[in-house]
Amino acid sequence: MKSKNIKEIKKEGKMKVPGIIYASEKLLKSIENDKTTNQIKNVAELPGILKASMAMPDAHRGYGFCIGGVAAFDLKEGVISPGGVGYDINCGVRLLKTNLTLKDLKGKEKKLSEKLYEKIPSGVGRGSPFQLTYRELDEVLEKGVEYLIEKGYAKKEDLKHIEEGGRLKKSDSSKVSERAKKRGIGQLGTLGSGNHFLDVQIVEEIFDKKIAKKWDLKKDQLVVMVHCGSRGLGHQVASDYIKLMEEEYGIENLPDRELINAPIKSKLGKDYLLAMNSAANFAFANRQIVTHWTREVFEEIFPKSKVEIIYDVCHNIAKIEEYKINGKKRKVCVHRKGATRSFENQPVLIPGSMGTSSYILVGTKKAEKETFGSTAHGAGRVMGRKNAKENLSLKSLEKDLKNKKIIIKAGSKKTMLEESPEVYKDIEEVIKVVEGLGISKRVAKLKPAIVIIG
Amino acid sequence: MKKFIFLEHTADIKFQAFGKSLEKAFENSAYALKKTIYSKKIKKKLIKKVSIKGKDQESLLYNFLEELIFLFDSEKFLLSKIKELKIEENKLKAILVGDLAENYNLEMHIKAITYNEMFVKKEKNKWIVQVVLDI
Repeated sequence: MKSKNIKEIKKEGKMKVPGIIYASEKLLKSIENDKTTNQIKNVAELPGILKASMAMPDAHRGYGFCIGGVAAFDLKEGVISPGGVGYDINCGVRLLKTNLTLKDLKGKEKKLSEKLYEKIPSGVGRGSPFQLTYRELDEVLEKGVEYLIEKGYAKKEDLKHIEEGGRLKKSDSSKVSERAKKRGIGQLGTLGSGNHFLDVQIVEEIFDKKIAKKWDLKKDQLVVMVHCGSRGLGHQVASDYIKLMEEEYGIENLPDRELINAPIKSKLGKDYLLAMNSAANFAFANRQIVTHWTREVFEEIFPKSKVEIIYDVCHNIAKIEEYKINGKKRKVCVHRKGATRSFENQPVLIPGSMGTSSYILVGTKKAEKETFGSTAHGAGRVMGRKNAKENLSLKSLEKDLKNKKIIIKAGSKKTMLEESPEVYKDIEEVIKVVEGLGISKRVAKLKPAIVIIG
Repeated sequence: MKKFIFLEHTADIKFQAFGKSLEKAFENSAYALKKTIYSKKIKKKLIKKVSIKGKDQESLLYNFLEELIFLFDSEKFLLSKIKELKIEENKLKAILVGDLAENYNLEMHIKAITYNEMFVKKEKNKWIVQVVLDI
């Protein structure tokens, strides 16, 4: 133990750097039970990795990289890996604020939940009413949310409140396969299934008055949180480049087949970065269309309502960013797989599970120094879906949500049970750890009122 | 012999599928994937022919299952039964029957097939394949 809640995994074997798990004893137990430690060590073997292979407090087992994994690579010697980004490229969270409060919601909860559920496609196979041609899809892939201003689905002001302004400029739609485009073209503006959701939440507690004021957050205010990603398009981009990299570099020397990678400076590495950025733009656009429809539903029910973006963060992404390492400034490629960027003064959004609180935090200089500007992204799973189905009861979950006055709209009871609060780690513990470490600071706590899942 | 079993996994879906032949094990892995999306019966209204290549048995399995997800996302095709499936030297040809997804209240969207913990192996007279699905 270097210091509290920092556990170092010593360099051994082929590891080029040590591993670091940022977790309390309590969180560490579930992380260590889960083969996550092996995955952290495997990542430490990759060429050009800098400082350490890191895991955030909500880490759990993933593919290749663990979920909650952060790793930065040297641009000359280093690699880029689709497994370090994840299949759901730019899966992320967006938080919208309204000029409404808990009082305004009274008596309209049911109507609001029904209208939102009706308007915003969730679940499996529910296609999107947002139709576009392949040419328009290419525009989305290259311009992200900027393109949606032209289409009337975004306001110029929105761009200021999205990571990267809702557009990663180094994109190229020709690097995204026809298969990926075919999978994604009917899915723009949809949540999908699994752990994706749209929640209407209430600001329950303010911790940092000054920042809350700056971000226009007040106690009892209604906010909307959206969690979704790049849908089939992004998933296919990941699969496509995993295959291409296997063909180019082979799998013989890898500690895990899912750690396939390409040198950042290679043609394939550059192509993947362009395709990944395009898929990320698709994901930004996806959350933007969901935002547009949310605005429409709110306007219908609350004619004087104003719905604005507080922020939108990516939590599955690789980015070229600049850091001071050993006193020298240098550009690196940071992989965040189930981790949130946490730059100084930037809003950080960390959702809990369906019946528990979510948090708005603020990024810090400390994170920029310690964790390549990264922090946790959620509560992190601790129980598998099979286990959930066998051991949890739908009835008690429904009762619990009813007691907490949470309205739930779920496409399938199966998903509902599999996303029970019990399958996640304690969000309060995760928040306590990131705050204690200083890699992000609490601004406000949110509690759910309406939950929509696939 | 059981067609397939689901195993515990923290965040995703893990299964093993079995068969007396490699073909049967591949077929049963497709049924495990189908069951993840929808646990009840699917009607047999549409026919699809697929032709898949792989570099090795694992990548053939990956590409075959990925084709099912692709058909689902792009054409809303949901598998009911595999009429025919042949494998020759890492090439697979199959005839699939199924229905349009919009006719069913589906349970789970699969994001991707993964190589995580994947294997294709023969034990005595039984083929076993293991797959983790990202959901």
